[in-house]
Amino acid sequence: MLEAIILTIITAATPLLLAATGELVVEKSGVLNLGVEGMMVMGAVAGFAVTISTGSPLLGIVGGAVAGMLVSLIFAFVTLTLVANQVASGLALTLFGLGLSGLMGESFVGQPGLKLQSLDVPGLTDLPFVGKILFGQDILVYLSFAAVFGVSWFLNRTRAGLILRAVGDNHTSAHALGYSVVGVRYLAVAFGGAMAGLGGAYLSVAYTPLWVENMTAGRGWIALALVVFASWIPWRAAVGAYLFGAVTVLQFHAQAFGVGFPSQFLAMLPYLATVVVLVAISGNRRATLFNTPSSLGKSFVPDR
Amino acid sequence: MGEGTGDSTGEMLRRVGGDTPLLEVRHVTKRFGNFTANDGVCLKIMPGEIHALLGENGAGKSTLVKIIYGSLQPSSGGIFWKGRPVTVGSPAEARALGVGMVFQHFSLFDAMTVAENIALALPNCRATGELAETIARVSSNYGLPLDPDAHIADLSVGERQRVEIVRCLLQNPELIIMDEPTSVLTPQEADQLFVTLRRLAAEGCAILYISHRLEEVRALCHHATIMRRAKVVAEADPAKETVNTLAQLMVGNEITRVTREKGKLGPEAILLKGLTQVSQDAFGVSLQDINLSVRAGEIVAIAGIAGNGQKELFDALSGEEPLEKEDMVIFAGEAAGLMDINERRLLGAAFVPEERLGHGAVPALKLSENVVLTRHGTGEGIARRGFTRFGKAGRIVETVTSLFDVRKGVLDPEARSLSGGNLQKFVVGREVERTPKILIVAQPTWGVDAGAAAVIRQSLIDLSRKGAAILVISQDLDEIFEIADRIAVISRGYLSRAEDADTLTTEKVGLLMAGGAEKKGAAAA
Amino acid sequence: MMRLELVKRSEKSRLMSVLSPVVAVALTVVFAGIVFAAQGHNPLTGIWYFFLEPITSLWGVEQLITKATPLVIIALGLSVCYLSNNWNIGAEGQLTIGAIVGSIPPILFPDFVNPVVLPLMLLMAMAGGALYALIPAKLKTVFGTNEILTSLMLVYCSNLFLDWMVRGPWRSPQGYNFPITIDFHEWAVLNAVDVGGIYLNLSAPIALLLVIVLAVVMRSTLKGFEIRVLGQSPRAGSFAGFSTRRMTAFAFALSGALAGLAGMMVVMSEIGKLQPVISPGYGFTAIIVAFLGRLNPIGILIAGLVIASSYLGGEAIQTSLQMSSKLATVIQGVLLFFVLAADTLILYKVRLVTGREGESAHA
Repeated sequence: MLEAIILTIITAATPLLLAATGELVVEKSGVLNLGVEGMMVMGAVAGFAVTISTGSPLLGIVGGAVAGMLVSLIFAFVTLTLVANQVASGLALTLFGLGLSGLMGESFVGQPGLKLQSLDVPGLTDLPFVGKILFGQDILVYLSFAAVFGVSWFLNRTRAGLILRAVGDNHTSAHALGYSVVGVRYLAVAFGGAMAGLGGAYLSVAYTPLWVENMTAGRGWIALALVVFASWIPWRAAVGAYLFGAVTVLQFHAQAFGVGFPSQFLAMLPYLATVVVLVAISGNRRATLFNTPSSLGKSFVPDR
Repeated sequence: MGEGTGDSTGEMLRRVGGDTPLLEVRHVTKRFGNFTANDGVCLKIMPGEIHALLGENGAGKSTLVKIIYGSLQPSSGGIFWKGRPVTVGSPAEARALGVGMVFQHFSLFDAMTVAENIALALPNCRATGELAETIARVSSNYGLPLDPDAHIADLSVGERQRVEIVRCLLQNPELIIMDEPTSVLTPQEADQLFVTLRRLAAEGCAILYISHRLEEVRALCHHATIMRRAKVVAEADPAKETVNTLAQLMVGNEITRVTREKGKLGPEAILLKGLTQVSQDAFGVSLQDINLSVRAGEIVAIAGIAGNGQKELFDALSGEEPLEKEDMVIFAGEAAGLMDINERRLLGAAFVPEERLGHGAVPALKLSENVVLTRHGTGEGIARRGFTRFGKAGRIVETVTSLFDVRKGVLDPEARSLSGGNLQKFVVGREVERTPKILIVAQPTWGVDAGAAAVIRQSLIDLSRKGAAILVISQDLDEIFEIADRIAVISRGYLSRAEDADTLTTEKVGLLMAGGAEKKGAAAA
Repeated sequence: MMRLELVKRSEKSRLMSVLSPVVAVALTVVFAGIVFAAQGHNPLTGIWYFFLEPITSLWGVEQLITKATPLVIIALGLSVCYLSNNWNIGAEGQLTIGAIVGSIPPILFPDFVNPVVLPLMLLMAMAGGALYALIPAKLKTVFGTNEILTSLMLVYCSNLFLDWMVRGPWRSPQGYNFPITIDFHEWAVLNAVDVGGIYLNLSAPIALLLVIVLAVVMRSTLKGFEIRVLGQSPRAGSFAGFSTRRMTAFAFALSGALAGLAGMMVVMSEIGKLQPVISPGYGFTAIIVAFLGRLNPIGILIAGLVIASSYLGGEAIQTSLQMSSKLATVIQGVLLFFVLAADTLILYKVRLVTGREGESAHA
């Protein structure tokens, strides 16, 4: 029973973690991309399409990442090259992604997909209790953890990460030192797009191998909230993703056990939890001051 | 001296350094659309030379410096490094050549440590322990001690400049460009900087020193190139010039000095009693028991280095930041401490903040709309029953424009399209035109050309002599001594007692700025 | 290497202010044509069916006005939010809660049949929407919580709440177990009247009136000035004596009230009762309308009609060309991108630069 619950928490948390880790890097570079939901849902539909047309869920995942990256580049062009308002452009990206995925996915509705297999390690996976949890997951689960460690290492230990943080902290200074603010941000947005695409592909290829319209159901927005929750620190995003995964799963189990409580109110839990957490986090502004990218959401035009 | 003395200057340079200039700029022209920022500019810097680049705001100094540092590309002309033609495509290429730069507005990253900031300017470098050791060593070597692990946000302005300089030194530059380095320093800190610079020059490093403080240029620099309206108009040996002759070369004609006669003093119009306020901002300064009185007909100036509570004091006086007790601020006899900014304006007070764009004026709004901004609540009928009357505001724009000679292209332009000097004349003129009884003005001529500065300063003096009480918050000691009747100094939120300007010297004020003002009830004497 | 370079204009370009939405719409039509061609249709036929055919009949115009009305009303409120830098994207939720609160009289007091019920419902809906919108506003001003995320999360909550209401406490006993409430009585619905062959109810003239009122407020009142100043520069706003906190509450309450009003009028004119879904995403589409209308009341009126026609166009190409009506959503998204991109031309000149020669030669 507990094992089953932990397994479902992992599947609920993984897409959130993938998308949040990507968005964290984007925001660290000073860009606020509110289009995570749109990029995720594009990743979901592309992942499903590539999977059933090639018969390979692995290729499907790659397809999801590519789709997420491609739509993120539209956002990058509009906000970085043409310096349009990032908030409005992010909303446009979400609307565009939801529409285009619905259009592309129309023929897939009701079709069975292929499920991404878990990486079973003979012997280890059969260990009691921990076996399945630690060694019986699919590649995206491991990838989501690798991404957390990778991003953490990148931001704090590499020169490229230092430059990315510098661009997010003060783009005018970074430009004065000769760094390409727009170039760095393009790369960050593309990475964020790919990660959101992966998170979306996880839903349609690993979580439930199906295509349902708007199947991300607000997860992109929760991923955005997680970045704030994490105060731009990668490991905290992982903690947050698993907390939210747990809340979601709790709601399902409570419904299954027929807790004398309307199911709608239980379904509200993840969203209400997001609001509560956001409030709790924003109460402590001093502590997050050094991690918040000061240039977040501000357009940059070098003077010539 | 003066114009067209290139040959004799060249002779002198050859005596100072070797034959080949370290850096030579030949006939560089830079155009932005129809605007020419540099017009056939030539400049030679010899090794080990401290070379002053003089000129008013807008003369083209910054553009030239950006071209040398690779941030901008010239439209025509070339740059020669040790006699060879080079293309400086980016700041990174400039650094690779051996050109370092200390920016006027620091290019530092607040949320990062000193070591990280320095690593960002060095090629392929990370903020490791090794770098931290180097920073500690080099910085103490040159008398600029630094903690590599400190966050920039926690450092004072002077310490931040040290970071910039050490960052520059670690690149082993042969030429260091310094843009207005002393504008943020106390006189004593500036003297310390000069020691470091002279030592660097003695070691063979050339320094391109940009400043409009002619006194220090005379004391420090070996050679001066003077720019006016995008062109080099003269070269000179500053030691052989006087401040007046240098200023004349910069401005082109005799500068109009402000005239000041003692005014007739009226009753106390501004009275601060134990003004105390804890800052809500993590990096703000708390105001500590500030007492001051300004009488009608006089100008009192508050000197101090940026970031010592000036912003907080201004907000407390204007009412943008609410106070605890109503008698902490008394305007014209009325306790105004709990009033908002418009209630204070109704008492006859007017305010000019330090930041022109974004505080004193909304960049994308027209001038007439910016008149409504500060005068809708002054009972002049600019707003009535909730409706605004932009026509009336437009007529005020016209009056201010002609009184203060505000140069604008169209009848009612957006605030952001005005040059700094013209916008400042507008922002000051907008309040002065009301003939307020009380005027609180921060940095009245910051970054403004000499002509506009003279107009603004004269208007403040004239207003006070008509019976207004004026409080000027400024970092510019020249300005303060030019217009103030009495001077107080703010340091870390403490205010020294205001002393008669005639009994004070720059040195005494400097000591107070460096912390002397913090002693309870400190006076300049 | 080729790239775009932006050069800041010293003043807003008046020409481009007018031209940029036109450019955006033109580019969107071209985009739609390409999509039609890619799907094997004559692009001109597709454009005709999508953009024009729906408004060639009186019935089409009636549909257009019906669809545009809630979009315009909600977008008016959102424009005040966005102009004052308050990012309310939860209008859909405020619409839902407004409609629920406004439905209290006919559902809980079905015997109170009186002309007073109609204005009462509208006022209650506005109050409900405003109060719901004040939640993210207060969280923003008191705790500094990001209002984008909170206002959106509350949309999900409000939709689930409506779902519970119509399946639980408010389910009609005569509804054969369908998740619907009882039908509203005669004074709780908006009846359409014949206006020159088009049947319209009270909501369209209310929308028009709101457009005019807001246009006057924005152009010549101190409140409108306050909205613009605080949105562009909060620091200058406080220097003028305006309060950012009060403005946040005002903008959210106003947009919540208008969303609630729009939602109530949709229910009162088109549905006549409550059911699990009462809005086809009006609250989200209104965001596009607000931006397409450049946050200007008159612009929003035009934009509302344009977007409404794209809904009808989606239905038209579905019946005429057997294409998916989802294309309408895609085209709306693309249109918003084009509008945002074209707005760059108002503040900047754009030029294409090739390599470094270009940069040094662009004198």
